[in-house]
Amino acid sequence: MDNKKTSLDAGYERIPAEKFRFVQENEELRDKELQTKSRSFFADAMIRFGKNKSSVIATWILAALMLFAIIAPIVSPFDIRHNDPIYINYPPYYRAIADLNIGILDGAHSMSGQTDNSLTALRGIAVETGFDPLLKITGTHVSESINKGQVVQRTTYDVEVNAYYQKGIIYRTFSYDEFRKVQEWQNETGIQVIYPYVESKDISGISDNANLWYQVNNKGVAVLDDDGNFIPAYSKNQEKAGAEYNSLRIPGDDGSYIYSYAMSGSVQCRVAYYNYYRYLNGMEPNYIMGTNALGQDIFCGIGVGARFSILFAILVSAINLTIGAIYGSIQGYYGGWVDMTLDRISDILSGVPFVVVTTLFQLHLAKKVGVVGSFLFAFVLTGWIGMAALTRRQFYRFKGQEFILAARTLGASDRRLMFKHIFPNGIGSIITSCALTIPGVIGSETSMTYLGIVNLSSFAGTTIGTLLSQGNSVVTSAPHAILYPSIFLGLLMICFNLFGNGLRDAFNPTTRGVDD
Amino acid sequence: MIKYAIQRTLYMILVFSIITFMCFILIRMLPLPPVPPGDIHAEVIAMRREALGYNKPYLEQFWIFLRGLFTRFDWGLSEQLYTGRPVLELFLEKLPATMIVNLYSILWTIPVGIALGIWAALKKNTWVDYTISTLTMVVISVPSFVYAFLIQYIFCFKLRIFPFVMDGGSDYFSWHMFKSMVPAILALSFGVIAGFCRTTRAELTEVLTSEFMLLARTKGLTKTQATVRHALRNCFVVIVPGIFGEFIGILGGSLIIERIFSIPGVGGLTLNAINSLDYNIFILSTCFYTAIGLAAGLVVDISYGFIDPRIRMGSKK
Repeated sequence: MDNKKTSLDAGYERIPAEKFRFVQENEELRDKELQTKSRSFFADAMIRFGKNKSSVIATWILAALMLFAIIAPIVSPFDIRHNDPIYINYPPYYRAIADLNIGILDGAHSMSGQTDNSLTALRGIAVETGFDPLLKITGTHVSESINKGQVVQRTTYDVEVNAYYQKGIIYRTFSYDEFRKVQEWQNETGIQVIYPYVESKDISGISDNANLWYQVNNKGVAVLDDDGNFIPAYSKNQEKAGAEYNSLRIPGDDGSYIYSYAMSGSVQCRVAYYNYYRYLNGMEPNYIMGTNALGQDIFCGIGVGARFSILFAILVSAINLTIGAIYGSIQGYYGGWVDMTLDRISDILSGVPFVVVTTLFQLHLAKKVGVVGSFLFAFVLTGWIGMAALTRRQFYRFKGQEFILAARTLGASDRRLMFKHIFPNGIGSIITSCALTIPGVIGSETSMTYLGIVNLSSFAGTTIGTLLSQGNSVVTSAPHAILYPSIFLGLLMICFNLFGNGLRDAFNPTTRGVDD
Repeated sequence: MIKYAIQRTLYMILVFSIITFMCFILIRMLPLPPVPPGDIHAEVIAMRREALGYNKPYLEQFWIFLRGLFTRFDWGLSEQLYTGRPVLELFLEKLPATMIVNLYSILWTIPVGIALGIWAALKKNTWVDYTISTLTMVVISVPSFVYAFLIQYIFCFKLRIFPFVMDGGSDYFSWHMFKSMVPAILALSFGVIAGFCRTTRAELTEVLTSEFMLLARTKGLTKTQATVRHALRNCFVVIVPGIFGEFIGILGGSLIIERIFSIPGVGGLTLNAINSLDYNIFILSTCFYTAIGLAAGLVVDISYGFIDPRIRMGSKK
């Protein structure tokens, strides 16, 4: 040790004196200017947020969902107020894609236990209207039963049919004026809407099935000719014709078929609903997510519902944040009996179940301030409590610290201490809690509209909860009606939560991975 | 400790009374649903309303209500839904269905949830942990009616294993009845599993990194011994109160799940009462749900104190 020291000293002494020079001789000594850019608290948090992959992905999906909510009602050809009376709970369909026959968006609806006769009936629709409802036969079951001592083979099929085409022809009653308008439209576009009339006496007296245009037996089963073709049963009874018809005629018509049936002051016709829909709406029923129980477009409905949900949740969160922050600041800053009194008040409010609050507000206030207003009050009444508790904790943490004492000594007022010195310290957790409040509000809002306690349909058109509840009653026959809203809501909630968690980790790096 | 428990209980009763009072008055302030014209009960209903003091000041009405409650435990009669039947009787009739479904659900979900949480914590930062944590996050985020729909669609419709809705009878312990309850039980289970899994994982990871664990290992305990004897015990300080709270919560059930699976329980009764403006049932439901919420909180707080004497929730800081 000693040796080492001496040798070092010796080396140091051996440096010649002329090699030494002053660091600064005639200059001022200054701090170097900072070379790096200073990073604000937020920038720092954002960088940390960007490193969290799942949150970033969630943010992108969230942005996509929001964009969907904004764009869907605009690009959808249907308005949310457009209710079709016939196409109710119909599956997703888009004409151009359905024509490609690739198994998506083809209005497919599965039916099981179909007999040969029902397949013939489907063929009847296809032959008359030109739209073939039968998409494919997915299964064939042969069962044998013994009838009057003989073995009878019975074949049933599982089929997929295009629900839109399957509707085929319906009876419609027109005024003379409207009948003329439909004819004009037919002449313009060349699309056949009105089909020749069939008198029920010609089809074994059946009057409730407009799709029969061929000869049938008394069970409504087609009687085919020897080649297996349908035998037309169109009426040629000119006396019964309701009004003049000068428009498209179907192939095979020599001008003798009648296209309307006289009623008092009006005419009854057989109209192909698909084409009639085009006449009424000027477009094809391209419901890419299908329709719901009210005949609304689900694609548009989800967008409209999501717009409302998100805006409402942001509004509620903003109000609760403000009230909670002020309430919690007062509680935390003054402490003592103020804290205790305010705490008791929030204890009482938080004890009331949310369903009860919502119901009471709906019953009391809906007539005065509207459904949405009273729903908003219900959320605000108890929603701020969590925020207040959070702010209060922050205040207890910071109010005893030295910098507060210093500020107070310098004469800062109470309000300045609260909102300039203490409050900004807790801003990270406050932002986080806000980001996690939004999905909570969306969840509660959806539950309440789902349960039917709050009905926002007249205000917002529809909501996700309403769509889900309508879909839930037809889950077997039209699963699409609940599937799409569910997917949307599920994704929205997951992404909001991931986004919120990401923010929390970014703002409070010490609590990373800890769920509170 | 006893003193603390008594204090908390008394305070809860006070809060409960105030809430009941407020809700009672708010409900009584609502306009009464009109008696349908030509109803044979019209006179009886009018007399009963008179006896309940509908035309008197609210405080007096509340006094009449309290008197009936304390002398005869009388919650009034149903007016709209089940004309003339005592509300309490209706309520008690519906309660078992709610309780049994929730009981079945938490009986298997709490152990599973805790086990998954422990597994995730022990395998922290491996694929096991990531999978469990992700699934937990997804399940907690997605609202219960979304998986109720999936369960209904897959198990009840596609696979046809279970019936769509719960049977109406009251033989709750028959196999057939149990089978009809399974979809509802499943739908209720996901949330509970995820909740317990998340709490357990968070607690246990924290405990596992603490210094007394290092000491336990240093003094020669194996990893298993240290985990079971020291880590788990400490993390149960947080979990056990949660279990108690969950058990109180089974009374309340879930309005949504009850509606989807047509469980003939109190949730359905409450919703029907709200829709048909049957105020007496609504008052009872309000008190019931309030009491459950408060009781769950109370039990959690007090059991914290009993399990870990260092903790006094809600006492002076």
